[in-house]
Amino acid sequence: MPEADDFGAERQKLNDRQESRESCSVGIVEPKRVVFSDSLPLASGVSLRGFELAYETYGTLDADKSNAVLICHALNASHHVAGYYANAPDRIGWWDNMIGPGKSLDTERFFVVSVNNLGSCFGSSGPVSINPDTGKPWGADFPLVTVEDWVDAQARLADHLGIERWAAVMGGSLGGMQALCWSIRYPGRLRHALVIASTAKLSAENIAFNEVARQAILTDPDFFDGHYARKDTKPKRGLRIARMLGHITYLSDEQMEKRFGRQLREGLQFSFAPEFQIESYLRYQGEKFAGYFDANTYLRITKALDYFDPASAFDGDLTRALAAACCRFLVISFTTDWRFSPARSREIVRALIDNGHQVSYAEIAAPHGHDAFLLDDPEYHAVVRVYYDRMFAHEIASGETHE
Amino acid sequence: MSDTVKKASNVTSVVPEVRKDFSLIAQWIKEGARVLDLGCGDGGLLAYLQQSKNVCGYGVEISIDNVKSCIARGVNVLQRDLEGGLADFSDAHFDCVILSQTLQAMHHLEALVEGMLRVGREAIVTFPNFGHWSHRWQIALQGKMPVSSSLPYQWYNTPNIHLCTVKDFDRFLAERRCEVLERVVMAHGKEIMLLPNVFGQLALYRFRYR
Repeated sequence: MPEADDFGAERQKLNDRQESRESCSVGIVEPKRVVFSDSLPLASGVSLRGFELAYETYGTLDADKSNAVLICHALNASHHVAGYYANAPDRIGWWDNMIGPGKSLDTERFFVVSVNNLGSCFGSSGPVSINPDTGKPWGADFPLVTVEDWVDAQARLADHLGIERWAAVMGGSLGGMQALCWSIRYPGRLRHALVIASTAKLSAENIAFNEVARQAILTDPDFFDGHYARKDTKPKRGLRIARMLGHITYLSDEQMEKRFGRQLREGLQFSFAPEFQIESYLRYQGEKFAGYFDANTYLRITKALDYFDPASAFDGDLTRALAAACCRFLVISFTTDWRFSPARSREIVRALIDNGHQVSYAEIAAPHGHDAFLLDDPEYHAVVRVYYDRMFAHEIASGETHE
Repeated sequence: MSDTVKKASNVTSVVPEVRKDFSLIAQWIKEGARVLDLGCGDGGLLAYLQQSKNVCGYGVEISIDNVKSCIARGVNVLQRDLEGGLADFSDAHFDCVILSQTLQAMHHLEALVEGMLRVGREAIVTFPNFGHWSHRWQIALQGKMPVSSSLPYQWYNTPNIHLCTVKDFDRFLAERRCEVLERVVMAHGKEIMLLPNVFGQLALYRFRYR
C-alpha cells in the first residue's frame, strides 16, 4: 500500500511558515472506509460492481445535518486533509493550514468530510485495490474515471453519511473542478461551491503537459502495459519524470527564480549529474513521489483532468452548462498561477454572472504560482475565513438554511 | 431570492442612517434589477440596494480588504482593476451600472463610461462637483488647490486625477450621444435647485445612449 501523500507539509516548508502541529490542529485522525455494494455506472460506459471509498471526517455533524463540508482533492493528494495519524505524527494532512479548530474552515463549526477519489491509490477502489472478480489488484484493468464519476461516488458517500445537502463543497485545482461539477450535477445538494485555482476545462497546453507526463510513464520499460505489479516492479523512472514536469507547472517563474535561481551545488562539474539546485530539487521531488504514488493512478487522474469539460455538452457554452447550478459560489485564483491562470477562473465567474448566479471572486496577489492554493497566504485564508464565517452565522448558527 | 432579502435586512441594523446619495440612487433602480456597482468599496450601497430593491447585484473592487468586507456582509464582489475595462462582462447584461464617486480617480474614464453603457442599459455616475463655490474661492482668491469635505486630499496625495464640474459632465455626456434621464446635485444631503454647479457638492446622473 503506498504511503499517503505528504506534500501538504512539504509545501508548508516551501512557504517558510511551518505551523506547529499541536496548535489548532484537529489532532489525531483516523481514516475510515465504506463499501458500496451497488454498482456505479461510469462515464466510459463501464460499470463498477461495487466499490470502496476511503475518507476522513473532522468536527461534528449537527442535528439537522446542515454543517457538512466536502473537501475534494487534487491530482496527487488523498483524503488525509487535516490532522495527523497516531502512528505517523509527521503525516500532516495536505490542507491542515486551512482546516482545523479556529482555522479558516473551522472544524468546531463545520463537519468536514474528505474523500479519496475512485481510481486513486490511497485506499479507495483503484488500480492498487483488489478486483473482486479476480482477487488480484486491478492494475491496468481498473477503468478510466472522470470528475463526474468521482462526484457520483462522493454523492453515494453523502447518502451513506445521511447528508442530503452539503453546506459547501470545496476544492483547489482538480478539486475545484469537482466542486464545480457538484454544482451542475447535483444542484440541490449543496449550498455553496468554493472553486479555487481551478478551471472549467484544460487548455491545449495543460493537456500537452499531461500527455508528456503520461508518455514518461507509458514508455518506461518497467510499465508492462500497466501490469507492473505482476512483475513485482514499478515504472519509477516514468513517475519521477511525470512528477518533475508537474512540479514545474505548480511553481511560478518568479518563485523558482527566488528560491533557486542559478544556484549550483558544487560548481560546474561538466557532467549530467545534478549541478544546479533546481535540478537537485526536482530529482528529489520526483524520487520521493515515485516512492509512494502509483503510475496507473497518475495516468487515470491526468485523464480525468483532460476530460473535464462541462460545457462540451452545450456546444462549448459554459453559461448554459452552469444554468442548472443554484448554489452560491466563491471563486479564487492566484495572480502568478500559470497552470490555471486567473483568466480561467474569470471564465467561470463570467458564466455564473451571465446566469445571474450568486458569486464572489478573489484574485489573490500571491507569488507562488499554482501551489499558492496549498499555502497559507494570509489574504487567501482571510477570504475563505470570512466566507465561512458568514455562511455559519447566517445559515447554520441561526438554524436557517436558505432554500 | 428570499435569502437575499434576509441577508440584506441585517445591514439596516448596522447602518441605521442611510446615506442620502444611496437612497437617491435606490429610487432610480427598479425592483429586482441586475446591478453592477463599479468600485463598490465595502459593499454598503449594494447591501442597501439588496435590502431596499431586492436587486441581483455584483460589486467590482480592487482592494482585498473591501472584497472581504463585501463577502462578510453578503454582497457579491468581483476583485479586479477597473482600469482593465469591462471586457469580462457580457453586452447589455445589467439593468444598471453604477460608478459611485470613482469616476474622478479613473485613468481611462472615457472607455469606462463606454463600457458601462455596453454592459448596462443605463448608467448611474456620481462625482464630487469641482465647480462648488468653495473650490472656486480657494483657487481664485486664495490661489491654492481646493480642499473640502468632498475633496479631502492635498494636491500631492490626491487619487483624483479627473475632476470635473457639473457643466463639464453635462457636455461630456452630450458629446457622447447620451441622454440624461435624471440629474440631481446635492449639498449636505439636500438637493440643490439654485445654481447647482456653484452650490452643489455631489452630482448624481442617470443616463443612457440616446
